Amino acid sequence: MKRYVYINDNESSHKLYCDNRISNRKYTVLNFLPKNLWEQFGRFMNQYFLLIACLQLWSLITPVNPASTWGPLIFIFAVSASKEAWDDYNRYFSDKKANEKLVWVVRQGIRKHIQAQDIHVGNIVWLRENDEVPCDLVLIGTSDPQGLCYVETSALDGETDLKTRVIPATCMGIDFELLHKIKGVIECPNPDKDIRRFDANLRLFPPFIDNDVCPLTIKNTILQSCYLRNTEWACGVAVYTGNETKLGMSRGIPEPKLTAMDAMIDKLTGAIFVFQIVVVMVLGIAGNVWKDTEARKQWYVLYPLEGPWYELLVIPLRFELLCSIMIPISIKVSLDLVKSLYAKFIDWDSEMIDYETGIPSHATNTAISEDLGQVEYIMTDKTGTLTENRMIFRRCCISGVFYGNESGDALKDTKLLNAVAVSSPDVVQFVTVMAICNTVIPIKSKTGAILYKAQSQDEDALVNAAAQLHMVYANKNANILEIRFNGSVIKYELLEILEFTSDRKRMSVVVKDCQNGKFVLLSKGADEAILPYAYDGQQTRTFIEAVEQYAQLGLRTLCLAWRELKEDEYQEWSLMFKEASSTLVDREWRIAEVCQRLERDFEVLGVTAIEDRLQDGVPETIETLRKAGINFWMLTGDKQNTAIQIALSCNFISPEPKGQLLLIDGKTEDEVCRSLERVLLTMRITSSEPKDVAFVVDGWALEIALKHYRKVFTELAILSRTAICCRVTPSQKAQLVELLKSCDYRTLAIGDGGNDVRMIQQADIGVGISGREGLQAARAADYSIGKFRFLKRLILVHGRYSYNRTAFLSQYSFYKSLVICFIQILSFWN
Amino acid sequence: MSSNTPSSSAGGVGSADSSAPRRNSKRPKYSKFTQQELPACKPILTPRWVISAFILVSIVFIPIGVVSLFASQDVVEIIDRYETECVPQDFRNNKVSFIQSDANKTCTRRLTVTKRMKQPIYVYYQLDNFYQNHRRYVKSRSDSQLKDNSSWNDVSSCKPEDDSNGQPIVPCGLIAWSLFNDTYNFSLNNQQLAVNKTEISWKSDRDSKFGNDVFPRNFQNGTLIGGKSLDPTVPLSEQEDLIVWMRTAALPTFRKLYGKIERDLQPNEVIHVTLENNYNTYSFNGKKKLVLSTTSWLGGKNDFLGIAYLTVGGLCFFLALSFTVVYLVKPRRLGDPSYLSWNRNPGGQ
Repeated sequence: MKRYVYINDNESSHKLYCDNRISNRKYTVLNFLPKNLWEQFGRFMNQYFLLIACLQLWSLITPVNPASTWGPLIFIFAVSASKEAWDDYNRYFSDKKANEKLVWVVRQGIRKHIQAQDIHVGNIVWLRENDEVPCDLVLIGTSDPQGLCYVETSALDGETDLKTRVIPATCMGIDFELLHKIKGVIECPNPDKDIRRFDANLRLFPPFIDNDVCPLTIKNTILQSCYLRNTEWACGVAVYTGNETKLGMSRGIPEPKLTAMDAMIDKLTGAIFVFQIVVVMVLGIAGNVWKDTEARKQWYVLYPLEGPWYELLVIPLRFELLCSIMIPISIKVSLDLVKSLYAKFIDWDSEMIDYETGIPSHATNTAISEDLGQVEYIMTDKTGTLTENRMIFRRCCISGVFYGNESGDALKDTKLLNAVAVSSPDVVQFVTVMAICNTVIPIKSKTGAILYKAQSQDEDALVNAAAQLHMVYANKNANILEIRFNGSVIKYELLEILEFTSDRKRMSVVVKDCQNGKFVLLSKGADEAILPYAYDGQQTRTFIEAVEQYAQLGLRTLCLAWRELKEDEYQEWSLMFKEASSTLVDREWRIAEVCQRLERDFEVLGVTAIEDRLQDGVPETIETLRKAGINFWMLTGDKQNTAIQIALSCNFISPEPKGQLLLIDGKTEDEVCRSLERVLLTMRITSSEPKDVAFVVDGWALEIALKHYRKVFTELAILSRTAICCRVTPSQKAQLVELLKSCDYRTLAIGDGGNDVRMIQQADIGVGISGREGLQAARAADYSIGKFRFLKRLILVHGRYSYNRTAFLSQYSFYKSLVICFIQILSFWN
Repeated sequence: MSSNTPSSSAGGVGSADSSAPRRNSKRPKYSKFTQQELPACKPILTPRWVISAFILVSIVFIPIGVVSLFASQDVVEIIDRYETECVPQDFRNNKVSFIQSDANKTCTRRLTVTKRMKQPIYVYYQLDNFYQNHRRYVKSRSDSQLKDNSSWNDVSSCKPEDDSNGQPIVPCGLIAWSLFNDTYNFSLNNQQLAVNKTEISWKSDRDSKFGNDVFPRNFQNGTLIGGKSLDPTVPLSEQEDLIVWMRTAALPTFRKLYGKIERDLQPNEVIHVTLENNYNTYSFNGKKKLVLSTTSWLGGKNDFLGIAYLTVGGLCFFLALSFTVVYLVKPRRLGDPSYLSWNRNPGGQ
């Protein structure tokens, strides 16, 4: 199944594909009433009450006034319906806003401002910097001469770093004006929801150079709801529109969450219904027998000798009506009412207000408060949830000299500032590595200040610290890096990036100093990945000491190193690197091997120490909640070492010998399987000992484990009270939640970033922290709080209260109606 | 119901940035209610509290029980069950046919006064196994017709006894139709003993439920005759037997007031009762009893109340006593956590 998109051909595709109107609405004005009623009557309780209400209209059998059932029934229906209507109206409203947004689209060769909903497949859409992408586009032109553009995809996959997108090769170098008139055909698959795949072909029609078909990948697309950043303009052909975009296809309305209590009430209702039927049958039959034997003798009742055909039914149906209040119609309304009060109590709680930002806690979902008191597993994000997500460069050790040890802040250490001022070579080298050994993209804002877009917060901290030490990473123009140092501009040509992998635990860049043409390798990485590769004769003892000292303070350490390369050495290596990069089998391993050849004989420059402060009260909160029997899992996209370090410092796991960390790793199925079984074995042995055993798994191993060894992994998950999962993707987080849910555990997911949204929606209870990574998580969550430590109060106070109250209320409701019902039956019997 | 409906912004276009400042100003005002700090008390049931509560209950209940028992003992009651005795020996095997025949139903009973009875002495008839609360029966009346002459033909609710010969019946319905029709005549030492039959019904019934302009009409005119006939010249508000009967009893055994004897009766006096045994309780094996009873400040003869009070009071006293013994012999520290289930067998969970 393919779709053919004819670029700029206004006629052919109009009828074939839908326009770009987005609709999240459930109802229209016309179908609201029937559809809503139909939905409400889908529920067993409502069907039951309707049946009872209808029976009551038959005056022969009704013992009470029909209004006593019709009134509440209509009231309940009206409340539910108006709530639905209000929600749907809000959806309609936000859709309308998105649909009526103005965008630039080419019509008849001229750019026009039209509403987003009028975009059709095949239209060329123009975007400017910071515009939101209105539909799925195939790029055909950007302001960048090399055809690059940057997009932010956080709404799509939760990753906050900028991604590069490139125009297809055929479109390279097409003139700005010609882009309006471009014609061609894109052959692409039917809409699907895979945001990582787009296998399509593009063929341009003459007069453009017709070099057959050009393959397109996801790299050539910009998808709906991304933002164009750092690029002056870009234009693309709409291929999927409206609800058929990748985002639209993957957008499911998350299922309404049901609490354990609701499920219990449903079960109880069923049981009572069965009981009621039994009572009705027994009493009905008894009543009929009595009537036929005894009541005929009671002459004053004057029973007719022959009754109508339904006579046998009358007494059972009367009993049914009498018993109908066994299932309390009021329970739903009263539960909803008190639940919204619980939610209000959470909103009102003055002990859960974040006084720094003035953000109170908020319960978005009012229906599930009592589940807070039933939580068994808490899945927590790390960065921004446990920590403040504010990496700060605190200390450093440059060629044996410690800076920042007295004041606790190296940037205020006059010794260091002086050293920078006099351009002490060691220090300058060190700061240069801080500034450019990274994948940071500097962005000039309108005020002239430079903002850094970094994939990792560490790099961000380092670059910012370097900037404060007057080594400002000012601009990145293709491969030319511009550094301003003490007033002068230094340019470097970026030649290679040896990317970070968790195996190598370091990353390096090869740059060419544009001033003197020297080739330099700059590296930074974990101590065990840098220090052993120092050149012979360098004393690394002070660095080891520094690392130990910093680690004890809970700081994240990185070692910085550098090496000058000879030109031919680089050229030779560069060929090998290119070859390795293009191999198809074992590419990662080959690259690592090639990198290893270059990353040796380092001149170690120093050690940096970065602080990621834990939020206030995190260790205490975790300890209290663990004492309450709640198990914690940490799911983080971060590196293993950092994760473990943070876990240790916030009471997540205990240090040896009290605690034990078990690693699950491996690259292949066999390795993972073996390591899983080993861990499981240890787990089983130690489960009887009072020992804190936790397992650590990384994303790759997790992927394999979830795919092939789900059963074993599930068993492991049940056995272990603590787990750390690092380098996991948003969807893996959701999968883990799903896994625990499938074992019938009540899960709570807490997170702060866009990458936690799926886990939050998946979990029984989602808690969002309105933090620095924006409000996305908080908006998707059932509860939003300002700080992690409020979780304690949320669960132990509000959860407990809500659970107890709901339990009391529902039990009392059933008790009350059963009592009333039996009184009625007894009196009827007499 | 209140599911978190996904604000379409959960992923939709146009989500981005319309959210931030909306809740900054929602800082709630402090109040004890919002902070869930309202004073609350939950009594801890310490042994002292429990024991004193039980003692208090027994102190209050036992005297009440004794007093009401005494009051009940003071009431003098003469009960005479007559439904079998008043059927002639020949008809004992087939009482229904006797009661439905035209035979003479007069019957004489002798009642001996055991203790002195002070006036007023109430005369009741007591029926057994008679379901005045039957749904079909209890609904079969027309309150508007009883009250108001103008709605004399409002008989829709009176089925199956709504009309006869095509004319509405006043008073209609099964209740009125089955009006009790045994009569009693008392004589003491060959002297007629007057029975006052006025003011035996509720005043509110006479005044507002039964109209003084409503006269019986077409009553007991059908093929099946249920019970007593009514004098068509007397308005319903003065037909007190009917009014008493129409206040239906909740239970199948009930007494209804027949009249009052307004003089004292001395011990060993013998009352002769001449009764007309007309009412058919034989088809459903119902009993008929004639009851003469005095009252005390607590009403009629009823030992149950006193016994109930005494039982509860005695039980509480017994509990208080045994708790005191347990408390003195084997005291236990309050709130001892070692009794908690998870502390009993450590590690077992």
